[in-house]
Amino acid sequence: MNTLRRYAGIYRIMWRNSLIREMNFKANFLLWMLVEMLWFFGQIVFINVLFGYVNTIGDWTKWEVVLLIGTNQIIGQIFQAFFYVNVANLPELIRTGKLDLMLLQPVDTQFAACTRQFGLDNIVNVIVGIAIVSFSLVQLKVAPSCAQVALYLVAVGCGVAIHYSIMFGLATMSFWIVRAQGLIHGYYNLFNIARYPRAVFSGVFRWIFSWIIPVLVVANVPAELLVRPFSQPWGALAHLAAAALLVLGMVRVFWLFALRRYASASS
Amino acid sequence: MAVAKYLKVFDIGLQNTFVYRWNFLLRSVFGLVPLAGTVFIWRAIFQARGANVAGYDYAGMIFYFLMVLLVDNLVTPTEDEWQIAADIRDGQINSFLTKPMHYLGYRMTLFASYRLLYTLVTLPLVAGIFCVFHDYVVLPQHWWTWPVAALSIGMAGLIQFFLAYSLAMLAFWILEISTIVFIFFSFEYFLSGQLFPLDLMPHWLQGALHWMPFSYELYFPVSVFLEKHQGADLWQGLGIQAMWLAIMYGVAQFMWRRGVEHYQAVGG
Repeated sequence: MNTLRRYAGIYRIMWRNSLIREMNFKANFLLWMLVEMLWFFGQIVFINVLFGYVNTIGDWTKWEVVLLIGTNQIIGQIFQAFFYVNVANLPELIRTGKLDLMLLQPVDTQFAACTRQFGLDNIVNVIVGIAIVSFSLVQLKVAPSCAQVALYLVAVGCGVAIHYSIMFGLATMSFWIVRAQGLIHGYYNLFNIARYPRAVFSGVFRWIFSWIIPVLVVANVPAELLVRPFSQPWGALAHLAAAALLVLGMVRVFWLFALRRYASASS
Repeated sequence: MAVAKYLKVFDIGLQNTFVYRWNFLLRSVFGLVPLAGTVFIWRAIFQARGANVAGYDYAGMIFYFLMVLLVDNLVTPTEDEWQIAADIRDGQINSFLTKPMHYLGYRMTLFASYRLLYTLVTLPLVAGIFCVFHDYVVLPQHWWTWPVAALSIGMAGLIQFFLAYSLAMLAFWILEISTIVFIFFSFEYFLSGQLFPLDLMPHWLQGALHWMPFSYELYFPVSVFLEKHQGADLWQGLGIQAMWLAIMYGVAQFMWRRGVEHYQAVGG
C-alpha cells in the first residue's frame, strides 16, 4: 500500500511538471491538437465517401462505423496522453545511454521511463471523440444502459493497455535495433486496422490480429458493447481483458529480459 | 569533376543507409498491415455492392493499391525532412556554407540513393505481394505508357522531395517543425490518393484537386500507369505536374536563400 502511495505521489509531480512545460509552448499545444483533429475528421470523411457507395460494411451501418472510429479515437488518444511521448522517446534513451540515469533511480525503471510527460492536447481530442460517439448514439437512436456504459469504460481501459503494451514492446526492440523510427512507424501501421469492423477480416489474418497482436478487439469490443446489446456481452469482454493482460505480461517479461542485455552507450 | 563529387555523395548515402537495412525491412513489413486492411475492407464493400465503384471493379481497386505501394516506395521521402531540419538545428549546415557544393544538390543526391536502396531492399517483399495478387495485375496496353508513367513517377518524386526540403527549411526560423510537417502529411494522406483513389471523391472536390499539387504526388502517376488518362487529358495532367514541379523547385530555392540570410549558426 505504501509503495502504491509513493508511486502515486511521484506520478502527481511528473504531471505537474509536464503541465508547466506544456503551458510554455502554447502554440505547439494548439498545433498538435489541430494535427490530431485533421486525422480524425479525415477518417470520418473517408467513411462518408465509402458509405456513398454501400449501406453496410461487414453488416455495420454508417453510424455504427462512425461510433467505432470515435471509440478508436478515444482509446488511442488516452494512450497518447499518458504514455505515447515517453514510449516514443525510449529508443533515444537507449541509443544515447540516458537510460543509465533511470536505472539508478529508486523506482521501477519501466515506470520512470513511461510516465515522464503527459499530453494535454490529447485530452482535448479524447473529448472530441466522446462527442462523436455520443452524436452517433443519437443518430442510431440507441440509449445505452448504465451497465453498458460501465462495461464500455472497462473495455476502453483494456484497449489502452493493449495500445501501451504493443508500442512498448516495439520500443523495447530498440535494445537490438539502433535506428528505431521503423518501430514507431510499426505502431501506427498495426493500429491502422483497429478502426475497421472486425467482421470484414477473415482467416489467419483475423486470428493473428485477434489473439497474438490483438489490435482488432481494441476498439471493436467496446463499440459492440455499446451499440449491440447482446444477451451475453461477457464473451467479447473476456476476450479483450484476457488479451490485454496477456500482452501486458508479455512485454513486461520482454522488457526485463532486454534490460539484462543493456550495456549502456556512453563512453 | 562536378559529377564526380555528387557520385561520391551518392556512394556515402548508400553506405549510410545500408547500415539501417533492418529498419527498412521492418518498416516495409509493418507497412503490409494497412495494405491487408485495405484489401479486406474493399472486399467487404464489393461484396455489399456487387460491382463498379467509381469505375473500378474489385481487381482494379486492388491493383490500384498495389501500384500506390510500389510508387510510394519509389518516391516518398521517409526521413529526409527530419535529417535536414536536424542539420540546421544542430549547426551541421555550417560546413556546407563553405563547401563548393550546393546543399540542395547534396540532399537530392542523398534522396536518390536512399530511394534506390530502399526500393532494392524492399523489392523481394513487393515482388512477393505482386505474385500473391498476380490475378489482379493488369499491365498497360500501349508501350508508350511505360515511359510516360516513368516520367510522371520521376516528377512526383521530385515534387515530394522539394516539398519536404522546403518544409525542413522552416527549421531556420522555428525550433520544432514536426507539427507543420504532420499537418502537411495529413493533407497528403487524404488528398494524394494514398487512402483511396481520388475518383471516389465528390466531383467538385475532384475539380479542385486537379489544380492542387497533392494528387500529382501519387494518384496521377499511378493512374497514368493504369491508363486512366488519354489524349489531351493526359497531356494536361503532365503539364500541371511539370508546373508544380517548377513551383516547388522555386519555393525550395527561395526558402534556402531566405533561411541562410536569417541563419545564426547555433553551436558553430
